[in-house]
Amino acid sequence: MTAQPQEWTVVCPLTRLDPGRGVAALVDGVQIALFRTANDLFAIDNQDPVTEAYVLSRGIVGSRDGVPTVASPLHKQAYDLRTGDCLDRPGVAVRRHEVRCQDGLVEVRLRKEE
Amino acid sequence: MKNSRLVVVGNGMVGQRFVDALRARDSEGRWRVTVLGEESRPAYDRVRLSALFDGVDADELNLHTPDPQVRLRLNTSVTAIDRARRVVTTTDAEYPYDALVLATGSDPFVPPIDGADLPGVFTYRTLDDLAAIRAHARGRRRGAVIGGGLLGLEAANALRLLGLATSVVEVAPRLMPLQVDTAGGALLRRYVEELGVACHLGVATTALHPGSDGTVAQLELADGSRMDADLVVVATGIRPRDELARAAGLPLGSQGGVLVDHTCRSADERIWAVGECAAVDDTCHGLVGPGYAMAETVADRLVGGAATVSEPDTATKLKLLGVDVASFGDAHGTTPGCLDVTFSDPATRVYAKLVLSDDAQTLLGGVLVGDADAYPTLRASVGQALPAAPLALLAPAGAGSGAAALPSSAQVCSCNAVTRADLDAAIADGATDVPALKACTRAGTSCGSCVPMLQQLLDAAGVGQSRGLCEHFDVSRQELFDLIRVREIRTFSSLIAEYGRGDGCDICKPVVASILASLGTGHLLDGERASLQDTNDHFLANLQRDGSYSVVPRIPGGEITPEKLIVLGEVARDFALYTKITGGQRIDLFGARVEQLPQIWRRLVDAGFESGHAYGKALRTVKSCVGSTWCRYGVQDSVGLAIALELRYRGLRAPHKMKSAVSGCARECAEARSKDFGIIATDAGWNLYVGGNGGFQPRHADLFATDLTTEALVRLVDRFLMYYIRTADRLQRTAAWIEAMDGGLEHLKAVIVDDSLGLCADLDAAMARHVGAYSDEWRDVLDDPALLGRFTSFVNAPEVPDPSIRFTAERGQRVPAGVGGTENRQPVGLGMPEVQR
Repeated sequence: MTAQPQEWTVVCPLTRLDPGRGVAALVDGVQIALFRTANDLFAIDNQDPVTEAYVLSRGIVGSRDGVPTVASPLHKQAYDLRTGDCLDRPGVAVRRHEVRCQDGLVEVRLRKEE
Repeated sequence: MKNSRLVVVGNGMVGQRFVDALRARDSEGRWRVTVLGEESRPAYDRVRLSALFDGVDADELNLHTPDPQVRLRLNTSVTAIDRARRVVTTTDAEYPYDALVLATGSDPFVPPIDGADLPGVFTYRTLDDLAAIRAHARGRRRGAVIGGGLLGLEAANALRLLGLATSVVEVAPRLMPLQVDTAGGALLRRYVEELGVACHLGVATTALHPGSDGTVAQLELADGSRMDADLVVVATGIRPRDELARAAGLPLGSQGGVLVDHTCRSADERIWAVGECAAVDDTCHGLVGPGYAMAETVADRLVGGAATVSEPDTATKLKLLGVDVASFGDAHGTTPGCLDVTFSDPATRVYAKLVLSDDAQTLLGGVLVGDADAYPTLRASVGQALPAAPLALLAPAGAGSGAAALPSSAQVCSCNAVTRADLDAAIADGATDVPALKACTRAGTSCGSCVPMLQQLLDAAGVGQSRGLCEHFDVSRQELFDLIRVREIRTFSSLIAEYGRGDGCDICKPVVASILASLGTGHLLDGERASLQDTNDHFLANLQRDGSYSVVPRIPGGEITPEKLIVLGEVARDFALYTKITGGQRIDLFGARVEQLPQIWRRLVDAGFESGHAYGKALRTVKSCVGSTWCRYGVQDSVGLAIALELRYRGLRAPHKMKSAVSGCARECAEARSKDFGIIATDAGWNLYVGGNGGFQPRHADLFATDLTTEALVRLVDRFLMYYIRTADRLQRTAAWIEAMDGGLEHLKAVIVDDSLGLCADLDAAMARHVGAYSDEWRDVLDDPALLGRFTSFVNAPEVPDPSIRFTAERGQRVPAGVGGTENRQPVGLGMPEVQR
């Protein structure tokens, strides 16, 4: 049996996302955190790996040395939105997902494992 | 020499500055000062008049602080000067003088156009003018401004903010003809027209015509065209008010104005003139900077000094209609043989021109449109060798090379004429941070645009460590507060573009959100501001370890009716919320999911509750003991005072959370001394304690003032809180703030009791604004469908509750299970034998 590639799932219109803020979405039962920055879209797991609470979408978006970041709203560890790596705790990372904007709609494709 | 009589005619910006400057210098009390002002209110900041249409209150423009040594007569028109008797005459009195300072300013110049006296035609100079414009604008649709200079564009913005379709008519072929050149003017026009302001350039207005109701309805232009306008502002220039001097036989300048020498003294040695009514070197100046320099000069002369006014700095930097425009030195390149270096980027829409000496070594002047970041460095370098290659200076990051490259004679703060040498001397004398530099040189205390340069000079001198907030801002929270307040910055994006770098972070974004909230500039979820908030402020609730939120309605003073208590119980039961009484005498309801928050608050608001701001860095509670109403020991009504204080300061955002308490007698049952401000009743009134806290480092509050009346107490607390909000660092509680203050508690007393910094009127006005503008944040959200839309767990499944939030039971209530939940916690069992296995 071969693994089926995941499908793109329409999540919401781009206009529903405020620049510099995230939202949570439910894609195939997986909680993802979706962020819009000035020029980009990012999708990562919504679960904060440090506390295990599903809260990353509610963190403050920003930058560190030019790297786009989100800070966990619970204990403020920052994550690189491009790689999912935690910038404050070596070895900790969140899973990334693919995200794109088509015809004004934001679409997400899950990545199962990395 | 004591008790000489000084009469000042005019209480405008320069007149007031003169009085302040004199009072600061006249430590021996040589002069008894009388100020005669024509308007009904004391001096205000005319430069910022337009801010009135941007939500700023008139009181905020006030520049006058009462001074018992200065007699101020308002609504007083001077009718004559009798130089022989040394007396000025008003309509009903005479004022003898030993020295007379004329600070009469100017009148708007209205060209002789037919119809200029029609109802609906206004000038733009006084608060009364603006009030009249506002009143006439009601229900009207089209506005026109005659004059496309500085003032005309200000007026155009005002009309735009009043909701009028606005046009500008300017006789010169470009906007701001005195300040910018042709190319800069063209770019400025593009910006202005994009804002919806139509520009008619190179054409004179020949007549104004009335409509059927007798008020102005049309402009007739020199090209024969006509334009509809039911409100017209004439902003074509100013004319010095020299009629008193003229009637008294004093020599005037060729274009008017009282002719004065470089000490601002007129032909009569007892009469001086400052500001727009004075002609120094036969030239009148319409900018406040040269006026301030004249005011300082005369003040110095009157106490025996030898100051003279130097070449006036006519440099200008403004944000007009959101566009940065700056002009300085020989902006038009009139020096023989001078060279231009221009930089024009149509993509970023920036235009800059530098005028250099014929050998390209010395900066003579320049024009910046669209991006004026380089302005402070460039203006300070006029007449000096270029601090860097021209293009490096003009490139967007050019300002960074900044102050360190300036020669010592360069003027860093033009508002207060402070040179780099002055600042370097202050640093050598021990100033290690920007506030210290401001205090000892006054640099950066007026318009604030040189504050970043002050930090650069400190850095260049290698003193002090960075007090920058985070990697995105080099300035401290206090400096950010001042920048935002003084420069009226209202968005994070414009702040970081102008004073920071990068995209911000979880440190600077909430700080800016808090400052904007402290300044009372709108709801915390308005527009871009929502993205700056910590999750607590974003959802107006307190995030808990499992991702759920808790809800804390305000219960002022801890007093609650049985009916409201029942509502809280019913809401908690219906939403199955864990319920706990807090240390601040209120009730915390835990375990709410995001989408439940509006439903819960709908019930609470309907029952008369409002936000308790438990989620904010804000006033939390004013706790109280039961006080004299019931208690046999109580001497004052502590509950009544606690409620009044909590309602007064509710919603006030601060660098850290703030708590308070009121005890009705010295037994101190409310634990007021563990609060940021605590009040303990005495037989004669109230004792005020400040700077206490519980928490990680508990600290008792210090006694600040005794036996206060309620009114005096409230005034002191107002000032204490506002001064704290303005000057504390991020997350600095009141105790640490006072400890870090140079001079500590005594300094705090000097500032808020004795008004040593002249801040009190400003602090009082700021608090009055807060109290007047308060509205319940939760009610505002419930009334706004767009804001309500944010309260979902999942953007693509608003009806689905977050499945990760699960509960288990403990002592009859729900507590978190699963994620972030109870597995790792050990139950506590007291008095039970430990079981060994």
